Amino acid sequence: MINLAFREISHSWARYVLTAVGLGLLIGVTLTMTGLVRGMMDDAVALIRGTRADLWVVQDQTLGPYAESSTLYDDVVHNIAGLPGVAEASNVAYLTVQVRKEDKDVRMQVAGFEPGKPGEPPYLVSGRPIIKSRYEAVADIKSGLKVGDKIGIRRTDLTVVGLTSGMVSSGGDPVVFVTIQDAQEIQFQKDNTTIYNERNRLSANPKLNRPGSPGLLQAVTESQQSNHKVNAVLVRLTPGHDPEIVAETIRRWKKLQVFTYEQMRQILQVRVIANALRQLGMFMVILAIVSTAIIALIIYNMTMGKIRELAVLKLIGAKNKTIIQMILQQAWGLGIIGFFVGKATAAMIAPLFPKRVELLAFDAMVSFIIIMAICTMASLLAIRAALKIQPSSAIGG
Amino acid sequence: MEAIRMVNLVKTYGSGPTEVRAIKDVSLYVNPGEVVGLLGPSGSGKTTLLQCLGAVIDPTAGKIELNGEIIFDNGWKIDDVRALRRDKIGFVFQAAYLIPFLNVLDNVALLPMLAGRPNDQARKRAMELLAILEVDHRAMAKPAQLSGGEQQRVAIARAMANQPPFILADEPTAPLDSDRSLIVMKLLGRVAEQFNTAIMIVTHDDVIIPRFKRLYRLRDGIAHEEAGQGLPFPD
Repeated sequence: MINLAFREISHSWARYVLTAVGLGLLIGVTLTMTGLVRGMMDDAVALIRGTRADLWVVQDQTLGPYAESSTLYDDVVHNIAGLPGVAEASNVAYLTVQVRKEDKDVRMQVAGFEPGKPGEPPYLVSGRPIIKSRYEAVADIKSGLKVGDKIGIRRTDLTVVGLTSGMVSSGGDPVVFVTIQDAQEIQFQKDNTTIYNERNRLSANPKLNRPGSPGLLQAVTESQQSNHKVNAVLVRLTPGHDPEIVAETIRRWKKLQVFTYEQMRQILQVRVIANALRQLGMFMVILAIVSTAIIALIIYNMTMGKIRELAVLKLIGAKNKTIIQMILQQAWGLGIIGFFVGKATAAMIAPLFPKRVELLAFDAMVSFIIIMAICTMASLLAIRAALKIQPSSAIGG
Repeated sequence: MEAIRMVNLVKTYGSGPTEVRAIKDVSLYVNPGEVVGLLGPSGSGKTTLLQCLGAVIDPTAGKIELNGEIIFDNGWKIDDVRALRRDKIGFVFQAAYLIPFLNVLDNVALLPMLAGRPNDQARKRAMELLAILEVDHRAMAKPAQLSGGEQQRVAIARAMANQPPFILADEPTAPLDSDRSLIVMKLLGRVAEQFNTAIMIVTHDDVIIPRFKRLYRLRDGIAHEEAGQGLPFPD
């Protein structure tokens, strides 16, 4: 038996292919959205994955340091480092800033870390690691910075000495790694006017500026301007220790909040980007519904355009199965061409997005199955109409 | 034995006060190898009769026999009507109604293929029929590339593809000029003779009506048998 669907397609292939390409563009948008969701989910955990830490110790009753603000004194790290099961502990500080590069600003996340300890960039793609304790930076390649670039963050000037990749904040901003000292200065640094006003305010306070205590004012002023705070302490465990047990010890005895990698991943993927994911998910559902409606209309119109031929086919003895196959095969053909056009479109437009679009083979496979299911569903209307055509309509005009 | 025989056929649409009797009482027959005309004005029940003969709609009462086999008898009907239409009844329509996306050869071969014959055998049979109807040189052409006369020849070949005992032709010469109408009629006559096929032709065509030896005139749902002039076809 000849394949009627294929014969009809080859008879007017240009119209069919153009229709499929149009559908493919719509599928391309849907695939790109899927990639965007994947990219967001991956970006959300890129930084915590890159730190290679087992535990995040943060201020009690907070979800810091990424989802909420968290402040700890930088000497807490010593208490934690001495606990059983802790191999390494290090201070980290995070803040999102506008980084000045020449005459333009780039939005970046500053990650302050202690070189050689958890929190440092996992690998470099060019340049060298930070070796000085101040004024050097390693930036993510997505920032557009190059080795040797001079950048200004607030009142601190830094030189980019190395580049890393794949390190972005949960919001997708590229990360610039600096030493913890630089990060503390950047984070808690005050502008000159504020420092001047605070000094005047303190000296005008008779309780702090007493004639009998000449060193008091100096001590208070210095304490207000020193930066001994960090956002979190990252902990790497010695092999064989259960993260949950060590975390419980810290919670109980140090009165701090502690998250394991899995808990931190949950916070970032489920809480921080949940709304954005829901938004994109809704948009994808709408796109799927629109695609179904479009495919249904295309297939329905294609079927209605050959009522007479279908009536003749039925009259001369074609089984309903033959007609159903014909309609389904044409719908699947649209889906297959549309999928490949969509995949190519997504691959072409993905790099143009400011945020990462992660096109996974698994997602493509699932999308293909969904598209074929949609094509099958969309054909039902046309199949119903085709089965209703009476063979008698071929006789007698 | 007649190729087709219809006895006291009745077909009504609707019921009660809206009931319409399209066919009141029709009895007719066509012998193997015979070409019979069916004439009648518009609204006389021609289309309904054709649809009953083509096993497309069920009559309300009466009996139809095809090649000695009862296919309808007062409400009872043969199980596989689709296979009956495919294997035992050939259809030629007013417009050829060829499948536009199949070439001429496959339009004819489609019927044997639907009947389960292998593609090569079906195409061989189609080619033979196209040769008999003198359109084998257009075997690879698409229907849209054929003239009206050529399209009708292909339609006749398609109707013959499964070698049915009965062919139903619904105004097959309507879109053709007089010369081509006569050619198509001559071909149908040749097919009837060569394959011993019974053919019933519904027509209004004054050019071909005098060629029938026997015809039925349908008036107000009743068929009246008449002897035709039986003029020979000009060479």
